[in-house]
Amino acid sequence: MSFSFEHLFRGFEIALTFQNIFWAMVGCFIGTLVGVLPGIGPASGIAILLPLTTVLPPTSAIIMMAAIYYGAMYGGSTTAIVVNIPGEASSVPTAIDGYEMAKQGKAGPALAIAAISSFVAGTLGLVGLTFFAPLLADVAVAFGPPEYFALMFMALTLVISLSGRALLKGVISMALGLTTSLIGQDPLTGAARLTFGFPKLLAGIDFISVIVGLFAISEVMVNVESRITAISQKIGSWMPTWADIRQCTGAMIRSTGIGFFLGLLPGVTPSVTTFVAYDVEKRVSKTPERFGKGAIEGVAAPEGANNATSTAGFVPLFSFGIPTAPSMAVLLGGLMMYGLQPGPMLFKENPDFVWAIIASMYIGNVMLIVLNLPLVGMWARICVIPFYILGPMIVFFSVLGTYSIRFQPFDVWVMLLFGVIGYLMRKFGYPIAPMVLATVISQMMEMSLGQSLLMSQGSVLILFTRPISGVFMALAFISIARGIWLQIRSHAPEVAVEEAD
Amino acid sequence: MKRTAVGVVVLLAALAIAGAGVSNAANFPKKRITYNICFNPGGESDITARIQEQVLKKNLGVDVSIQYKIGGGGALCWADLAQSAPDGYTIAGHNLPHIILQPLEMGDAGYKTLELKNIYMFESTPNVLMVRKDSPFKTLKDFIAYAKKNPPGVVTVGGSGTSSANDLGTAELNKAAGIKLSYVPFGGTGSAVPALLGGHVTALMSYSPMAIQYKDKFRFLAIASEKRMDVIPDVPTFKEQGYDIVEGAYRGVAAPPGTPDAVVKVLADAFEKTMKDPEVRKKMDHNGFKTEFMGPEASQAFVKKKMVEYETIMKELGRVKK
Repeated sequence: MSFSFEHLFRGFEIALTFQNIFWAMVGCFIGTLVGVLPGIGPASGIAILLPLTTVLPPTSAIIMMAAIYYGAMYGGSTTAIVVNIPGEASSVPTAIDGYEMAKQGKAGPALAIAAISSFVAGTLGLVGLTFFAPLLADVAVAFGPPEYFALMFMALTLVISLSGRALLKGVISMALGLTTSLIGQDPLTGAARLTFGFPKLLAGIDFISVIVGLFAISEVMVNVESRITAISQKIGSWMPTWADIRQCTGAMIRSTGIGFFLGLLPGVTPSVTTFVAYDVEKRVSKTPERFGKGAIEGVAAPEGANNATSTAGFVPLFSFGIPTAPSMAVLLGGLMMYGLQPGPMLFKENPDFVWAIIASMYIGNVMLIVLNLPLVGMWARICVIPFYILGPMIVFFSVLGTYSIRFQPFDVWVMLLFGVIGYLMRKFGYPIAPMVLATVISQMMEMSLGQSLLMSQGSVLILFTRPISGVFMALAFISIARGIWLQIRSHAPEVAVEEAD
Repeated sequence: MKRTAVGVVVLLAALAIAGAGVSNAANFPKKRITYNICFNPGGESDITARIQEQVLKKNLGVDVSIQYKIGGGGALCWADLAQSAPDGYTIAGHNLPHIILQPLEMGDAGYKTLELKNIYMFESTPNVLMVRKDSPFKTLKDFIAYAKKNPPGVVTVGGSGTSSANDLGTAELNKAAGIKLSYVPFGGTGSAVPALLGGHVTALMSYSPMAIQYKDKFRFLAIASEKRMDVIPDVPTFKEQGYDIVEGAYRGVAAPPGTPDAVVKVLADAFEKTMKDPEVRKKMDHNGFKTEFMGPEASQAFVKKKMVEYETIMKELGRVKK
């Protein structure tokens, strides 16, 4: 199946019904909110809301949850600029120049350019999604078990080598994730593993509990320690000058390209591409010395990149059923909840659904720029909600969200346990993203490895001799080698990515 | 003294739960029922549940939420069901032979065959062996000859899950034809089909509904039923081709162990009414399902009968865990 305008128009028809516009708007609003609030990110936001959306028809529910994800990419910059606390990991580089601009009294233009850059990159990224996803869906049947395994293996190596700092810590984090999802039954044969005789553990650990615990609860615990103090900022004129926009045009387009194409690879999350885009912008600039001192391109580039990446992530999600980031994994769970199997068949069997989601994203981006530009003052005030109100609210919704998945108190305990694990990991500088990604994809990985070995009568060579999987395996080993090499040259300026929500 | 106090509390709690159970049966159901499907969306269990969904909601008078618990060839879902609250608000698809074979093969599968409470058994589908339209195999004979010519295990057959009718059917074909096919289990029919579409397995041992859905893409070598099926009259049986293989899956729903009979009856009546709805029947027939109408007692008796049968087959195949 290739792209056709007919499908896209039909998608718009569905997305433009009153009900779907309404839920897209709700999603954009919640997305901006979770983006603005430092204690909660899109993955935990979607995870908490997912069980509560079962009352909606599937299309509306997924429209809303997708909007939370890309909406958070808009919101994350607000706190980064105003109070130097990135609302999301993907806005860390935004804080560097954004906060400098704010100190110079240019918070308004910084916020505005962040929103405009998000809009431009989000929309251009969508054009990419519109044409790429159906194309890739056609190729997707060429993906058998060995290709799926190799692709996911590459995703794990990428997320470790890109999570920066200590490679060993990344590997440990991944191992923790793999062990977590080993608990329960073998996906291929159903044999019980790591259940220690507890029948409760047979059904496995629900990954939503893991994600909510690792992200939301641990964040609350960290924030309890380091109290966020807000600086009251007067936001004067928020209009950027035409000169500002002209100055950022190149940055917006470059960061869209970087964010989108890197974002097609599983394991490359928005928090990774923002650093790459920021770095590239600094290198191509004629005046790199301005970076770090309030360069407006330094705001435009990461904000463009994170929006382009979040959009690109829908390509592998829809056409292969492979999540590229924790938020995508939760969305995948959401699709499955509604009986929609992402992968090669989705575009053929549910074209209306897929195209309605894509069309709604165009609409959502327009809503978001309206929501973010004139109302930026309001969002900036929300982000200074005192933590003694915000913290308990996050805990309350986390408990409610995890409990309502299968109505088992056990899941709540699991979530709290992973909250403590996440807190300790943050404390000791372990990256969380490898653990989350490993938890989410390891069942699929194990299944496809088992199938591959059955196909080859036990020879691992099958992963290297088939061309597509061979390429992915090669890339995976290059990424491992690169990681080790960077470790050895320890003076290398490693990017430090906090977490990838 | 303390012990007695604890005892009294436990007793009171038990009474409260029992009391709640009794009163529940009278006005059951009052809230949304979760209907777990143990295989991928797009497979037979899912298709059946989707056909039933609207009519079932109407017959029960409450919302029915279809959810997916996939893994271990369904074992994950049934282990979960075995631990769910026995109040009738959590039910799950019940698939034969899986529910008989898994405890036989694994020892502890997380549930026991007879502890799950049968509510209703509503359809069955025979196995169908299929290859891609562009494959060199025109008949079952070609396929078996090819398997014989090649080293054992080279020819791969995909199917839904471990210890399923597809798995067993492949083993039975191996035995009957004196060949060795490698069986590759998938999360369900829904994810096995793309593997054949992409040519990653040589053939697929799947079920009759797929012989209708994919008639443009696949060629069907044999069906494992006694007689040819009306909706796919040109697919020959294994029997006519000299292999005495009759194998397939039966599907129904079950409740957690200990669910009160009165609650089970309410559910069974709703499913019976649903399956007898003319629209539902028409859709089931069109999709290649054989409808069955077995209530709680009938389906329980059927499971017991099948257990004896399968134990013999599994012993012959050397697949019983000691």
